[in-house]
Amino acid sequence: MANDESLATTSPTDEFLKGLWRENPTFVQVLGMCPTLAVTNSATNAIAMGLATTFVLVASNLAVSSIRRFVPKQVRIVTFILLIATFVTVVDYAIQAISLGLHKALGAFIALIVVNCIILGRAEAFASKNGLLRSALDGLGMGVGFTLALLALGGVRELVGRGSLFGVPLLWDGYQGWVVMILPAGGFFTLAALLLFVQWRKRAAKEVTP
Amino acid sequence: MSGTPHLEAPTTPVWPMYRTLVSVGLVCGLLIVSAYELTRPIIQRNKIAARQAAVLQVLPGAHASRTFRVDEAGAVTPVPPESEGEGLVFAGFDAQRRLVGLAIEAQGMGYQDVVRVLYGYSFEQQAVIGFRVLESRDTPGLGDRVETDPAFLRNFECLDVSLGADGKALAHPVEFVKQGQKVSPWQVDGITGATITSRAVALMIARSAATWIPRVAARRAEFRPEE
Repeated sequence: MANDESLATTSPTDEFLKGLWRENPTFVQVLGMCPTLAVTNSATNAIAMGLATTFVLVASNLAVSSIRRFVPKQVRIVTFILLIATFVTVVDYAIQAISLGLHKALGAFIALIVVNCIILGRAEAFASKNGLLRSALDGLGMGVGFTLALLALGGVRELVGRGSLFGVPLLWDGYQGWVVMILPAGGFFTLAALLLFVQWRKRAAKEVTP
Repeated sequence: MSGTPHLEAPTTPVWPMYRTLVSVGLVCGLLIVSAYELTRPIIQRNKIAARQAAVLQVLPGAHASRTFRVDEAGAVTPVPPESEGEGLVFAGFDAQRRLVGLAIEAQGMGYQDVVRVLYGYSFEQQAVIGFRVLESRDTPGLGDRVETDPAFLRNFECLDVSLGADGKALAHPVEFVKQGQKVSPWQVDGITGATITSRAVALMIARSAATWIPRVAARRAEFRPEE
């Protein structure tokens, strides 16, 4: 019912925009933490994982929304997972065809998009109750929000850890990277710092408009 | 009691469930097969190109390569470039189609996982003349220095793997020494801070060279370029 109500009050643009900040999957919903921490050791990996997830999100939201009236509720989840797994497999082949190096860098995390809570969450909470356009926009917004969040993490970690961004050296010659930022611990540090920043901004905004 | 209708168990819609799962499964299967068929030739091409690039990198001066399979007895057979499996070596040829050397794959346990490397062997110099890591999950910034550390990579510009007088074994097995202690051309200088990975790399090359070089050294003439 909540979504039916939101149908009446939110515009399609808002459906897209909510994923970017207000309901950002990483910083607000804190979903999909496994790829968020694991593959953000460089900006390139972060973008690649973000785009792959966005494709799966949009495709699975579209598929779930288009068949939502024909799927009995008892087999709803298994059907969604089947669809998501298919799109993930397609993405896996596509990345291998685009770049073997990238596929190697992302490793098992491409296959693990299947169990990313953001995707099943949007399929179940949104696409199974909304029309095609809104579902696609919701998936796109969440995907772009996820990509931006990963890029923020990957950018900071690569810059501090290696002194470069997208492999291009940006800091002075002889900069000794903080290796810890590329290691898993750096993922936790950066995520914590960014979560703190987002919460601080949200509180500041609330105080301005009570 | 048995006739009261309100006690009937709620029915599960068997047919709609069956219909949904079968049709979704079929469509998904079709999608996966189509994606596989569409991308397979491209992935295959990428794999061959990546391998070719690695071979040319570890054999300085090489312009073309050809894949061969060498069995345990030492018999050499040319195989298609997409071949997989045991016993593969990659011969590199220069612009005049002369043999530069062989690229050989070796692998062993690194700090976290198996490390795979490719090294180039020159028949003329009887030495390892190039080296590249193909796959490693060792610690970024520490273990992965085996891929980038210039001093470590210099070990493999001319690492002596000449055969002994009988031609059946290396004259001096490849040895690992701590950083700065290299005195002989068959020794590999390690990296402080990446001791385990650099030792693993030296050991896998030592083991691989001890097996492969006696087997292929006498068969130089059989590694011919494509007609």
